[in-house]
Amino acid sequence: MDVLHKVPVREQDPKVRAGNFEEVCLGYSKEEAMMEAQRCLKCKNPKCVAGCPVSINIPGFIKSVEEGDIGAAFKTISLYSSLPAVCGRVCPQETQCEAQCIRGLKGDAVAIGKLERFVADWAKENDIHPDAPTKKIGKKVAVIGSGPAGLTCAGDLAKAGVDVTIFEALHEPGGVLVYGIPEFRLPKKNVVEYEIENVKRLGVKIETNVVVGRSITIDQLMEEEHFDAVFIGSGAGLPRFMGIPGENANGVFTANEYLTRSNLMKAFDPDYDTPILSGDKVAVVGGGNVAMDAARTALRLGSKVTVIYRRSEAELPARIEEVHHAKEEGIEFKFLTNPTEILVDENGWVRGIRCVEMELGEPDASGRRRPVEKAGSEFDIELNSVIMSLGTTPNPLISSTTKELKVDRRRCVTIDEMTGQTSKEGVFAGGDVVTGAATVILAMGAGKTAATGILEYLAK
Amino acid sequence: MYRIVDKKLLAANIYLMEIEAPRVASHCEPGQFIIVRIDEKGERIPLTICDYNRETGTVSIVFQAVGPSTKLMAEYEAGEFFADFAGPLGRPSELIEKSAEELNKMNILFVAGGVGTAPVYPQVKWMKEHGVLVDCIIGARNKDLIMYEEEMKQVAANTYIATDDGSYGFKGNVNDKIKDLINNEGKNYDLVVAIGPLIMMKFVCILTKELEIPTIVSMNPVMVDGTGMCGACRLTVGNEIRFACVDGPEFDGHLINFDEAMKRQQQYKTKEGRQELRKKEGSTHHGGCGVCSDEEDCKA
Repeated sequence: MDVLHKVPVREQDPKVRAGNFEEVCLGYSKEEAMMEAQRCLKCKNPKCVAGCPVSINIPGFIKSVEEGDIGAAFKTISLYSSLPAVCGRVCPQETQCEAQCIRGLKGDAVAIGKLERFVADWAKENDIHPDAPTKKIGKKVAVIGSGPAGLTCAGDLAKAGVDVTIFEALHEPGGVLVYGIPEFRLPKKNVVEYEIENVKRLGVKIETNVVVGRSITIDQLMEEEHFDAVFIGSGAGLPRFMGIPGENANGVFTANEYLTRSNLMKAFDPDYDTPILSGDKVAVVGGGNVAMDAARTALRLGSKVTVIYRRSEAELPARIEEVHHAKEEGIEFKFLTNPTEILVDENGWVRGIRCVEMELGEPDASGRRRPVEKAGSEFDIELNSVIMSLGTTPNPLISSTTKELKVDRRRCVTIDEMTGQTSKEGVFAGGDVVTGAATVILAMGAGKTAATGILEYLAK
Repeated sequence: MYRIVDKKLLAANIYLMEIEAPRVASHCEPGQFIIVRIDEKGERIPLTICDYNRETGTVSIVFQAVGPSTKLMAEYEAGEFFADFAGPLGRPSELIEKSAEELNKMNILFVAGGVGTAPVYPQVKWMKEHGVLVDCIIGARNKDLIMYEEEMKQVAANTYIATDDGSYGFKGNVNDKIKDLINNEGKNYDLVVAIGPLIMMKFVCILTKELEIPTIVSMNPVMVDGTGMCGACRLTVGNEIRFACVDGPEFDGHLINFDEAMKRQQQYKTKEGRQELRKKEGSTHHGGCGVCSDEEDCKA
């Protein structure tokens, strides 16, 4: 065995997968997983655990995998995470657990994410579920939003015997896991729906189609429906625009719209009623994971796709794996390029995009070198759709309808980081609604912290 | 699942449905909308709330069966269920924040066009319940497309009917009727609320701008989630981008870029849908706003 390199994971051929919505990564077999598990050094002071936002006992579960006791590995992971099949697929392990792995000092880090995914998928195939809680503590908590933060918080509270109801604004639970992340990266039925079912098995109730702030307010949940505490995990859903001419033309979409149509509404499947427009030439503006998801979705819908990013490749905020997959599938990248205008035809439809070349100047507040325009470098690209993927901010619906709830300048809810407690008594928050758009696992970590904070509050 | 309690045919292809949705019924106000999804494969369809009953926990919606989804909706009968019914969404009408005294100091005219009559009704009804008397024009292409006439007469001080072809009431479009009321009947108005097809609202706003009467319109653009997430419903209001779902649906009509809104409205209209509309509705495929006379000007 080559201890320096991880056991390679099987993937769908790029040429084949560019034309379908099936999952790209096929995962490990039991033999492959056990082999990869042998590469773990089982460090006494495991750095990987410190790198995990929900502190999973990583060497513990990997040891069980190595021994072939996958059920035990699943039980270990379930103590820390309610969504292992999701995390094994979408966590940026390369900057978290795997970045800390001692094995990675020389050669590849242990493929912790792929092992976690294997364990979760194996448990599903073998019908093994997390243990249902046995006690009840006689307290009611409302969780707003059923994305990663809400599901984690709800799961942890239910395990501690709390009566939990999740309120979800859309018709399906899962938040960004169902509307944002595409099927080919995170299968909905087999992974997301299944793990949400597991959260429900813990006794968590989920009420869909409830838009908190409109259908009911937080104050009413506490006063009229007698919830002892509330957790806000409503995410960062509001899209940003560039503010350039032509942005309201037909054929310009936010990544949120494009992905919601394809993922939540399943517009990619002709059996579903929701339409999606995919021009033959599409530009995606932005360089994050969402931009990669939008680009790869458009590609699968038959478009020729160019990603336009104003900094250089080194600054791309998307995960390396996603960029690599996108390139393999045939997506073109235009780095150091920034749109200045969307060109519109006489009927109001996009006909092209005017861009300017950029060069990197001094580092900005984020530490990345600030892109500056090169004078006189304008050029046009002909295309018929533009997808804007410029990040999102929290929806003000809840903050504007809840008394005494403090938000910062960016409309993010302000909390005590140790407990998740907001400025309003009994109300906690976590995930993107606090941090602005971030990752699934950070939201889960925040949901976990808040669950502990809520339990302490309820015990008072 | 949300039960259909009652279903009525109001005019050709236009249906009213009363849906059991206690959470929506307990918190909705005039001006707000809901999103309905028929079944697992359905679209999310935004519809303005037309009436509500807090005691029975029901909400009424009115829709015109024109596209594939609304046609499928029309096939559902009382006793059956829709998969989803979310709301209330959007901001309530700003008028309901004013006191009856303030409102009574103003002369308010509601202008309803085609299916737009349905969302006008709860607003006029709210006014009546709060002791405020207002006038209302109901416009349509012809007599068959007039709806809510009796209900409106119960709650408005004066209800005027205007039809393009003169088959009922005043002969002319809603703008002709506004001018008639002001020029010939000595009326003057401090505020107009216009709800109907985009083209009707556009022309009402052009007229009321000339007449210097502040005008509120209710926008119903393409939407996906209806909670502020997708940005599909964006409009240019003044010089800013606004989302109809969370900033509206009601806006100052004099600030709306209607031409852009009309272009955006076309975005997802399928060829099949348009052909169907032409076949069924003739030129006024929006139920007869009474303003545009031929299809070329009518992009609503």
